[in-house]
Amino acid sequence: MLEAANVLDPLDIAQAWMKEGRKVAIATVIETWGSAPRPVGSHLVIDGDGNFQGSVSGGCVEGAVITEAADVIASGAPRILDFGVADETAWRVGLSCGGRIRVFVERVEG
Amino acid sequence: MERSILEALNAARSARRAVVTVSALAGSSSQLYFEGDDCPDAWRVPVARALQSGKAGIVETEQGAFFLNVYLPPPRILVIGAVHISQALAQLAPVAGFDMTIIDPRTAFATLERFAGVELIAEWPEDALKQRPLDRFTAVVAVTHDPKIDDEPIRVALAAGCFYVGALGSRKTHATRVERLRQAGVSDADIARIRAPIGLDIGAASPAEIAVAILAEIIEALRRRDTSHVKGVIA
Repeated sequence: MLEAANVLDPLDIAQAWMKEGRKVAIATVIETWGSAPRPVGSHLVIDGDGNFQGSVSGGCVEGAVITEAADVIASGAPRILDFGVADETAWRVGLSCGGRIRVFVERVEG
Repeated sequence: MERSILEALNAARSARRAVVTVSALAGSSSQLYFEGDDCPDAWRVPVARALQSGKAGIVETEQGAFFLNVYLPPPRILVIGAVHISQALAQLAPVAGFDMTIIDPRTAFATLERFAGVELIAEWPEDALKQRPLDRFTAVVAVTHDPKIDDEPIRVALAAGCFYVGALGSRKTHATRVERLRQAGVSDADIARIRAPIGLDIGAASPAEIAVAILAEIIEALRRRDTSHVKGVIA
């Protein structure tokens, strides 16, 4: 990833949130198929109150990731989420661009 | 991911070190591997490949699936010479996502009025570069036309493996520059990496057009860069 330095950098935000004593989860795009809005490796960070920074899609699935992140923050157990074209077998939330993405959600420990 | 790993990762990114995280998808533990550092045999090839390509991805092993993420420093442009071309380049570079710094010891050129909003260092390049070492994610653009100012940063940039080293000047000017660099001990292979005449050949005439040609050449060098010098590289 070659991205310009940014004050809204999700991982810097995650570290700042940890310092404030907040619970934090990091969601990362780990696989994409077809046209996907954000490349593999992109991050979304979420705190225990549902505040978030960054993105794993163009805004299509962030809401669902944030909901799942609340469970991950509570349990500490990481999850892998699949999002794809909205059909019966896919998630209720889909990617309008027709691609599929897989997102890993983990809690920051310590 | 452990908090200590997150902090080490952020520290590496802010120090412009290329780094790879290896995370077990079955759990929350991650490891960090820095470019140029040693790395366990099992991970040497996938880590080197990630550093080379800049691409993240999943690696399947007998111990399960791992996700390798790669963090490369954001590219920046260092311009030697606060000249007319640099004024145009200073406006274009941020649009394309590059940080830009200008060094020129001639205080008549390096004025804030001419370069509002750009990091401007009115020092000799050899002094300024001691404070901010070059790395392979830096493009060096030498445009003063003055060997006293341009030659040393060109030599240092080639030694540091900067992904782009461009120098302004006609073929004749460049031929005499090559002679001087050769006498300073620069290898022919490194000399061949210098882009001169500078900029893609689009018939650019005005300073602004030349700045566009230079920026386009930098982008080409970045996206098609040769990473064969990365340590632990695969054959």
